[in-house]
Amino acid sequence: MSHDAADPAVRTAALEALLVEKGLLSTDAIDAVVEHYERDLGPQHGARVVARAWVDPEYRERLLADGTAAVQELGIDGFELNTLVAVENTPGVHNLVVCTLCSCYPWPLLGLPPKWYKDPAYRARAVAEPRAVLREFGVEIGDDVQIRVWDSTSEVRYLVIPRRPEGTEGASEEELAALVSRESMVGTG
Amino acid sequence: MDGIHDLGGMQGFGPVEVEDDEPTFHERWEGRVFGMTGMATLQGLASTSEFRHAIERMDPADYLTTSYYEHWLTALGTLLVEKGAVAGQELEGGAPAGFLRSRPVLGDRAPRPPARGSTASFEVGDRVRVADIHTPGHTRCPRYVRGATGVVEAVRGNDPLPDIGPYKGPVQPVYAVAFDSEALFGPSDDGRWTVMLDLFEDYLEDA
Repeated sequence: MSHDAADPAVRTAALEALLVEKGLLSTDAIDAVVEHYERDLGPQHGARVVARAWVDPEYRERLLADGTAAVQELGIDGFELNTLVAVENTPGVHNLVVCTLCSCYPWPLLGLPPKWYKDPAYRARAVAEPRAVLREFGVEIGDDVQIRVWDSTSEVRYLVIPRRPEGTEGASEEELAALVSRESMVGTG
Repeated sequence: MDGIHDLGGMQGFGPVEVEDDEPTFHERWEGRVFGMTGMATLQGLASTSEFRHAIERMDPADYLTTSYYEHWLTALGTLLVEKGAVAGQELEGGAPAGFLRSRPVLGDRAPRPPARGSTASFEVGDRVRVADIHTPGHTRCPRYVRGATGVVEAVRGNDPLPDIGPYKGPVQPVYAVAFDSEALFGPSDDGRWTVMLDLFEDYLEDA
C-alpha cells in the first residue's frame, strides 16, 4: 500500500496546508517546534550531566539516586523526561539502552534519537544479541563483564554514565563534556 | 496488540547501520511532521499512548516499508480523521496518490485480578512471572518477555495502565524487573546478559 501512497513530502505539505486553512495549527508554531529541536536540543546537555558526575562525587550520588532531580539542578527538563534513571558503567558492568516497542529516548538530554536507534535492526537485536550489536559499534565487551540492557517500556528514560577516560585527571568539566559522545550515553559508544 | 512494532528478539534484520554526522531531520518534511504532531498533541488531539497505538495499528507491511517520520505522519492523519478534526476526503484531497492511514482499533482488554489482593504489591527481590497477555489493544508488555520469570529490582512509582479503556486504566506501580538472557532467548554462544524492563503490576504474577 505504501507504494501507492503519495510521497511523504507531498502528504506532509497537504496536511499542513489543510490544518492551517482550518485554523487548527499555525505555520509559525510548527516553525518554533522545529527550530527548538534543531537548535537547542542535542547530546551536549547529557554530556554536561556526565561531566559533572565525573568531577563531583556528591553530584554523581544524587544523579544515581534521583536522576530527574539531578538533571533539573542543571536546568534540564521537558518532554520525554518524566522520570530519568541514570545507570553507571563500571569495570564490571556495561549498560545499553533500547526501546523495542517504539523509540523512547531522553530528548532533553540527548536530543531526538538517531536513525539507527529507531531502525528495526537495533530494536530487534539489542535485547537478544547485545554483544554482537556492540561489536558493530566497535565496542568489545568480554564475558567477564555483565551487560545490562534497558528496554524502555514505561515512561522511565535512561542515561548511561560512561566510564571516565583514562588520562583526563587534569581536564576541566568543559573539556570533559566535549569528550562525551551521544553513543556513549546510550551505551553503544 | 501483537503487532509488527513489537520487534524485540526478532531475527533477520541484518547489521545496525550508523550514519555519521546525522542531522536532526534528514528532510524538511520530517521536521514539519514532528512540529505538527507536537502542536496537535499539546492541543489535546491524543495522548502519547494513543499516538503510539495509532502507529502500532499500521498495516505490518506498511510499517516495515516506511520511515520513522512516515509512521508519525500516518498516525497523525489517522487520529485527525478518527477524532473528526478533518474528514478523510479532505486528507485525500491534497494527496492525489492517497494518504496512508492506520487500521482501526481492534479493542482493548479488562484489567486482570490483582496478583496479591487489592492492596499488596511486589517488593524488591520478589520473583515474578510475566503473564501471557494477548490484548487486541495497546500494551507496553513486549512479546519476548511474556511467560518469563524475573526478579524485581526497583519500584519505579505509579502510572495509569495504558492497556485499559482510553489509555488511562487504573494507576498501578511500575517495577524494574531483571531477566536473565537465557530465560528469554535460551542459551547463546555469545555469553549471558541481563535484560531490564519496566513493567506494570498488571503484567506480573507471583513466580
